Amino acid sequence: MKLKQYLPPARNLIIAVPWFWLALFFLLPFLFVLKISLSEPILAQPPYLDLIREIEDGFVTIVVNFSNYQLLLEDSLYLSALLGSLKVATVSTLLCLLIGYPMAYAIARSPSHWRLPLLMLIILPFWTSFLIRIYAWIGILKGNGLLNNLLMGLGLIDSPLEIMHTPLAVYIGVVYNYLPFVVLPLYATLIRLDLTLLEAAADLGCRPWKQFLLITLPLSMPGVLAGAMLVFIPVMGEFVIPDLLGGPDTLMLGKLMWIEFFNNKDWPLASSLAALLLVALILPFVLLRHFERRAEEAAA
Amino acid sequence: MASVRQFKPEEPWQAPEGEPIVRIENVTKRFGSFYAVDDVSLHIHQGEFFSLLGSSGCGKTTLLRMLAGFETPTSGRIFIDGQDVTDIPPYERPVNMMFQSYALFPHMNVADNIAFGLKQEGMAKAERQERVAEMMALVQIDKLAQRKPHQLSGGQRQRVALARALAKHPKILLLDEPLGALDKKLREQTQFELVNIQERLGITFIVVTHDQEEAMTMSSRIALMHEGRIEQVDPPRRLYEFPSTRYAASFIGSVNLFEGYVVQQDDDQVLVQCDEAGGQLLVRHSQPLVPGMEVTLALRPEKVRVISHLDADAPNQLRGVIKEIAYLGDVSIYHVELASGKRVQFTQSNVQALAEQPLTWDEEVLLGWSANSCGVLTE
Repeated sequence: MKLKQYLPPARNLIIAVPWFWLALFFLLPFLFVLKISLSEPILAQPPYLDLIREIEDGFVTIVVNFSNYQLLLEDSLYLSALLGSLKVATVSTLLCLLIGYPMAYAIARSPSHWRLPLLMLIILPFWTSFLIRIYAWIGILKGNGLLNNLLMGLGLIDSPLEIMHTPLAVYIGVVYNYLPFVVLPLYATLIRLDLTLLEAAADLGCRPWKQFLLITLPLSMPGVLAGAMLVFIPVMGEFVIPDLLGGPDTLMLGKLMWIEFFNNKDWPLASSLAALLLVALILPFVLLRHFERRAEEAAA
Repeated sequence: MASVRQFKPEEPWQAPEGEPIVRIENVTKRFGSFYAVDDVSLHIHQGEFFSLLGSSGCGKTTLLRMLAGFETPTSGRIFIDGQDVTDIPPYERPVNMMFQSYALFPHMNVADNIAFGLKQEGMAKAERQERVAEMMALVQIDKLAQRKPHQLSGGQRQRVALARALAKHPKILLLDEPLGALDKKLREQTQFELVNIQERLGITFIVVTHDQEEAMTMSSRIALMHEGRIEQVDPPRRLYEFPSTRYAASFIGSVNLFEGYVVQQDDDQVLVQCDEAGGQLLVRHSQPLVPGMEVTLALRPEKVRVISHLDADAPNQLRGVIKEIAYLGDVSIYHVELASGKRVQFTQSNVQALAEQPLTWDEEVLLGWSANSCGVLTE
């Protein structure tokens, strides 16, 4: 029992695990990215000049190069890519909420023996690889794909709809893929809602739709925000879906990063893009924490 | 069990011509094959403090929820103030409910909680604020207007719930176990306050409770429910002194029950042969009974006296041996075994701190009671 005094409490040990994980796999790689973003691109392997260089024996200089960030701000391409990502992320977050909220609500209000099967149906697509599911959408949306053949077979349209390689295809792919991330946290919030509160509202003269607006919706905001963040943040950096389903006019940061990194071999510029994206994403997270605290206060 | 009412309440249920504010007519509520409420008819009058009393599962809460509109009767009609409300949704009924869990809106502060119902009916802001202030003063939570529910104690939440339910000045206030979540001291204190508020506002209160003491203390009348049916409806005193069924007699307080049959009846004196008591017992009962009819006699423990010697002229005298004594402070409860093996309970007030000759275990005692102290149960 003596040994116990010399060891940190078990609680600290357990908390240390995620901290260690984050430091090793998030903070450290990010510092690498930050370092590369401040260096100069060269034609070599790796294709950048190290910040710390030995000029003569024993003498070391540190050369910090901000030109990558300068280029990002000067060339309107990057700004419009940021705006493009913001637009896609915002619109698809809203679409996911609009579609996901009724789904989560319906599952939470369905008889208890139905809930688990319905939730399983939401999670089921994850059992297939993400890439395969996106390729499947190509099969559905392309010119002579499933959808067009069906519509033409029914005589509803004469010539194939052009959906592939348009922003619409990107939205379909993104909303399809991220919908479960909205449904699950919303379900978790709605299932915990005390239904007596709705009875109390009804008793005080509130019609059903106002009960929803005044009680259910405000009390489910933590779920709405969690779901929104789970969609917004990854979609901001999303590149597979716009690359496969979008066209040349779909300009998004993730796609641009890919091009800079692999096509142009400009690691420093790609890294500075990644760093900027992270800053843009930390902001909503800070907001989320703020709202979560307020919700915790309300729920306690 | 004393009533806390300062005045003898008026007895509107005695006046048959007055239209009751609540008329429940042959209401049945069935869940599957289970009858939660089984053919209940009840009239409740304006200004009453009416309690639905019973153990859990007796249907009292279901009946209250049908009054609020959260459940629809399987059959039967409910009228409130002459209007048939059976199919009217809760948000259009002139009643408000105080929930057992209080159901305060966690995202609104105290003032907004109380103003909620007023906002729904579209009351102007100035008038609303005035009413909210008035309600907060009524339940003495004036200083808590800006607090959120989670920042309140249990007692304060109870007051907010009461103020919110009263704010709209409903015709009827429904209270579901209003004191259930409070500790004993606070509960006793709040009983008096609830009665005071009810008398001041003159609103009809209908309370669901499983606590007989609570019901006895506060109510003008009590409906005792059992297995979905109403066992007896009476003011607390009548319910205690003149229970009409065996269930009612044993649910409220303690009671000694003697099984027997009627020997003869002269005017309002009934002679009952009771083998358990080892002889004949005399009781007062004005309803006509047929000789030979099986009856149960109900005798409250505090009505029994210890007597010094047998009196040949007096009825209802039993000899027994004290087997158990429970000292409760204010009173002691004694269990006396009769020759037949039947046990009779009686209580004595502990008038003196140290009695000179206290009753003790295995002591033989003579018990007696007057013919007026015993009730006859036929159901």
